[in-house]
Amino acid sequence: MSRFKNLFTALAAVVLGLLAGAVFMALSGSNPLAGFYYLFRGGLMNMERIGNTLASATTLVFTGLAVAFSFKTGLFNIGASGQMLMGGLTATAIGLSVQMPRMILLPLIVLAAAAAGALWAAIPGFLKAKFNVHEVVATIMMNWIAYWTVYYTIPAYFKGTFLETESRRIPALASFRVEWLTNIFRGSYINMGVFLALTAVIVIAIILEKTTLGFELKAVGFNRYAAEYAGIHVPKNIVLSMSISGILAGLAGATYYLGYAVNMQIGVVPSAGIDGIAVALLGANSPWGVLASSLFFGILHSGKGFMNAMTKVPPEIGDTIIAIIIYFAATGVLFTRLWERITRKWNKEA
Amino acid sequence: MEYIVEMLHITKDFPGIRANDDITVQLRKGEIHALLGENGAGKSTLMSILFGLYRPDAGVIKVRGNEVAIHNPNVANALGIGMVHQHFKLVHNFTVTENIILGMEPTVGPMLQTRDAAKRIKALSEQYGLNVDPDAKIEDISVGMQQRVEIIKMLYRNAEVLIFDEPTAVLTPQEITDLMQIIRNLIKEGKSILLITHKLKEIKAIADRCTVIRRGKVVDTVDVADVAESRMAEMMVGRTVNFTVDKRDQERGEAVLSIRNLNVLSSRKTQALKNFSLDVHRGEILGLAGVDGNGQTELVEALTGLRKVESGSILFKGRDITHDDIHSRVMAGMAHIPEDRQKRGLVLDYTMEDNFILEIYGREPYSHKGFLNRKAIRDHAEKLIRDFDVRSGQGALSMGRTLSGGNQQKAIVGREIDHDPELLLAVQPTRGLDVGSIEYIHKRLVEQRNNGKAVLLVSLELDEIMDLSDRIAVISHGELTGVKLPKETNESEIGLMMAGIAGAGGTE
Ligand SMILES: Nc1ncnc2c1ncn2[C@@H]1O[C@H](COP(=O)(O)OP(=O)(O)OP(=O)(O)O)[C@@H](O)[C@H]1O
Ligand SMILES: [Mg+2]
Repeated sequence: MSRFKNLFTALAAVVLGLLAGAVFMALSGSNPLAGFYYLFRGGLMNMERIGNTLASATTLVFTGLAVAFSFKTGLFNIGASGQMLMGGLTATAIGLSVQMPRMILLPLIVLAAAAAGALWAAIPGFLKAKFNVHEVVATIMMNWIAYWTVYYTIPAYFKGTFLETESRRIPALASFRVEWLTNIFRGSYINMGVFLALTAVIVIAIILEKTTLGFELKAVGFNRYAAEYAGIHVPKNIVLSMSISGILAGLAGATYYLGYAVNMQIGVVPSAGIDGIAVALLGANSPWGVLASSLFFGILHSGKGFMNAMTKVPPEIGDTIIAIIIYFAATGVLFTRLWERITRKWNKEA
Repeated sequence: MEYIVEMLHITKDFPGIRANDDITVQLRKGEIHALLGENGAGKSTLMSILFGLYRPDAGVIKVRGNEVAIHNPNVANALGIGMVHQHFKLVHNFTVTENIILGMEPTVGPMLQTRDAAKRIKALSEQYGLNVDPDAKIEDISVGMQQRVEIIKMLYRNAEVLIFDEPTAVLTPQEITDLMQIIRNLIKEGKSILLITHKLKEIKAIADRCTVIRRGKVVDTVDVADVAESRMAEMMVGRTVNFTVDKRDQERGEAVLSIRNLNVLSSRKTQALKNFSLDVHRGEILGLAGVDGNGQTELVEALTGLRKVESGSILFKGRDITHDDIHSRVMAGMAHIPEDRQKRGLVLDYTMEDNFILEIYGREPYSHKGFLNRKAIRDHAEKLIRDFDVRSGQGALSMGRTLSGGNQQKAIVGREIDHDPELLLAVQPTRGLDVGSIEYIHKRLVEQRNNGKAVLLVSLELDEIMDLSDRIAVISHGELTGVKLPKETNESEIGLMMAGIAGAGGTE
C-alpha cells in the first residue's frame, strides 16, 4: 500500500519535473521533444554512454544511501560531501603511496576509505549524542574542515607533476577501473564501484528490514523516548547510525576519486554529497528507491552535455529539471493526497 | 427541537475496518451530549469528521439546519466548531498565548502583535473560570492547565459547539471536578457540547443525552436521567459488566523490590523524592496513591532506570540495581506500563507486531544471531491481539498511529503483562479504557499477583487503588506518608494522607 504510494509520488514528481523542463526548453526557443530525445540519448545511446551513466549513478547510490540511511534513523546527514572527501583523500593517499598486489590493495583502500568516512560522520554523531549539537550544523562544519584538509594535504604531499591544484594520477594498480569492464563499455568511466554500490544497496536493505540492528536504529529514529523506554541505548545508536551513513559516503569518495576520476582536485566540494539528498528524497529513503532514482539522475547527468551539443537547450535545463523534481518529491504530500483520492474513488466504484 | 449540529448516516472506512457505519447523532442547542462506546467503537473518528480532519465516505452533516461540507479544521472553526483532542496538540516551547493564536496570528504590519490577544485570553479565562496564565510556557504547566488552554483556544475562535474527546482521562480527580464546573459554565453561556468519555459517573453527572456506539454502529440514543449506569455499560459492551474485582486472600511473599532512602531530582532540578523507602512483595499489589506531581513519576522513572538516582538504593530480587541500565532491568524481570502511552509506550510509526517486541526483539525466537524472525514476531502479535482484544483495521500489521487511544493502551498493557514480570510497574494502566476492558485488565493484574508476582500500581483514581491493592502506600511531596491496608482505611483517610497528613495508627 504505502509502497505504491511512494512509487506514485516519485513518478508524479519525475513527470512533473520533466514537464516543467519541457516548458523551459520551449521558452528558450527549442523543441522540447528534441531536447528530451537528445537528453536521454545522451545518457543511453551507446555502451560508452551507458557506462558513464552507471558511473555517475554509482556515486549517487552511495551518497543517496548515506542520506537515506540517516533519515530512516531520524538523523539528517548533510555532511556526505565532507565524508566523501575524507574517504577520497584516504583512498588517494593509499593509492599513491602503497605498493601491494591489487588483490590486497583494493580491499585495503575500500576499508580505509570507509573508516575515514565513518570517523568523519561519527564526530557529529557523538556531538549530537553527548551534547545535543544538531547534526546539520555539525556535519556542515565537518564539510568545511574536510574541504580545507584536502586543500592543504594534496599540494603538500601528493602534488601533481604539472598542476599545484590536483594530485598525481592514480596508478592503474590502485584504480577501480578494470580492463574488461572498460572494454565492454568502450572506455567509459565505469568501474568496480558499480558492484560495490549494488552490494551496498542490498546490505543496507537487509540491515534496515531484517536485522535487530535496523530495528533498533529505526526505533530510535521514530521515537527516541520509546526506544529509551524499551532499553535501547539511544546515544550509542545515534553514533552508530551516523557511522554507517559515513561509511557509505566514504565509499562514494573512494569510488569517485579512484574510479570515476583519475586524480583528486582541491577546492571542490563534490556535488554528489548534496545530490544524495535529492536521490534519497525521490527514492523515499528506501534502498531500492535510491537505486532507481540514482539511475535516473545518472541519465540526466550524463545526457545533458549531449543535449546541449545537439540542440540550443542550455545544459542548465538538466539541473533545472533535477531541481524541480526535488521540489515535487519534497512536497510529495500533495501527491499522496491525490493518490488517496484516486484510490478512494476507485474503491467506491469497485 | 432545534438541532445545532446533525450528523446523519455517517459512514467512514479505514483499511480493513468500517469505523463509522451509518451513524446518526443530533446535538441540541445548549445540551451536553455524551458519546459512549467501547475502545475502537469509532467515537474519535466521528468527531474528527465533524472537525474536518477526515472526510466521511457517506452521510450528511448539517450545522444550524444547513448542509455543510467540512473539508478541514478551518471550515469547522468558521462554523463555530472546536475540538479538544484525546492527545493534545500544543507546541511545548511556546507560551499559552502563542499557542492560542497559532494559525491566526494578529499582526500590525509585518510584526506579531500579541498584547491584545493576551488581554482577550485573560478575559476569556476569567469569564469561564479557567485560571490560565497567558504568558506561561506550555512545558511548564500541568496537564490540566494544558487542557484549559485547549478550551480557550476554542473559545478564542468563537466556537459554539465544543467537542471534548476523553477530557478526563488525563486529569486528576480534583481537576475533573474543576472541568465539570467549567463545562457547566460553558453551557450557561450558551455553548453546546459533545463529550466522549468512558466514565459512566461523569455521563450521569453532567450529560443530558447519550448516544451509545458499538463497533461503528449506533445502539441507541437515550436520556441520561432515565438509564442506570449499569444499563449503559451493558448497551455498550453487549453483556453485563462486573464492576467489582474478585480477589482471593493470600499471604504475601518476600520483598522483591526494596527502595532505600531514595533521593531523586525532578526535570526542573527540584527534589522530587525525599528519603523514600518502600518494599514491594511477591504476591501483592501495592497501590501508590497520591496527588499528581508528588513524585510518582520520578519514582517510577528511577525504578526503571529512566531517571538518575542522586542517593539511596534500589534492590531488585536482592541485587543492587541502582545504577543498572534500563535494558538489564528489563532482562532481570521488570516491566513498565508507562504514564504517557504515545511518548514512551509506542513507536507510532511501527506496526503493532514490531511494537509488541519493542523490548524483546533481541531474544529467541524473535531474532536469531541478529536477524529478525518475522514468523515468530507475527505469531506473538496475534496471540497478544487475541488475548487482550486489541482492535484495529489490519491486526498485527496496523501502524501504531492508526489504533484508537484505548486500543493503544490495551496493546501496551498486554505487552508488559505478557512478559510475565517479577515486578510490574503499572502507571495508570486503565487510562482511557472502556469498562469492559478495565474489568479484563484488572483481572489480569490480580492474576499476576495470584501467581506470586509483584505489582506496583500507580493510579490517580482512588477507586482503582482501593479495589485492587493489598496494601496502599501514600506519597505526598516526594515523601511516604504511610502504608495502610485497604480494609483498615477509607477514602477520606487516604485523602488526608495524600494531602500530607500522616495516618493515625495502624501503619504497616
Ligand atoms: N487513521 C486511521 N487509519 C486506519 N484506521 C484507523 C485510523 N483512525 C482510526 N482507525 C480505526 O478506526 C477504529 C475506530 O477508531 P476511533 O479512534 O474512532 O475509536 P474510539 O471509539 O475513539 O476508541 P477509544 O475509546 O479507544 O479512543 C479503530 O479500529 C481504529 O483502529
Ligand atoms: Mg478515541
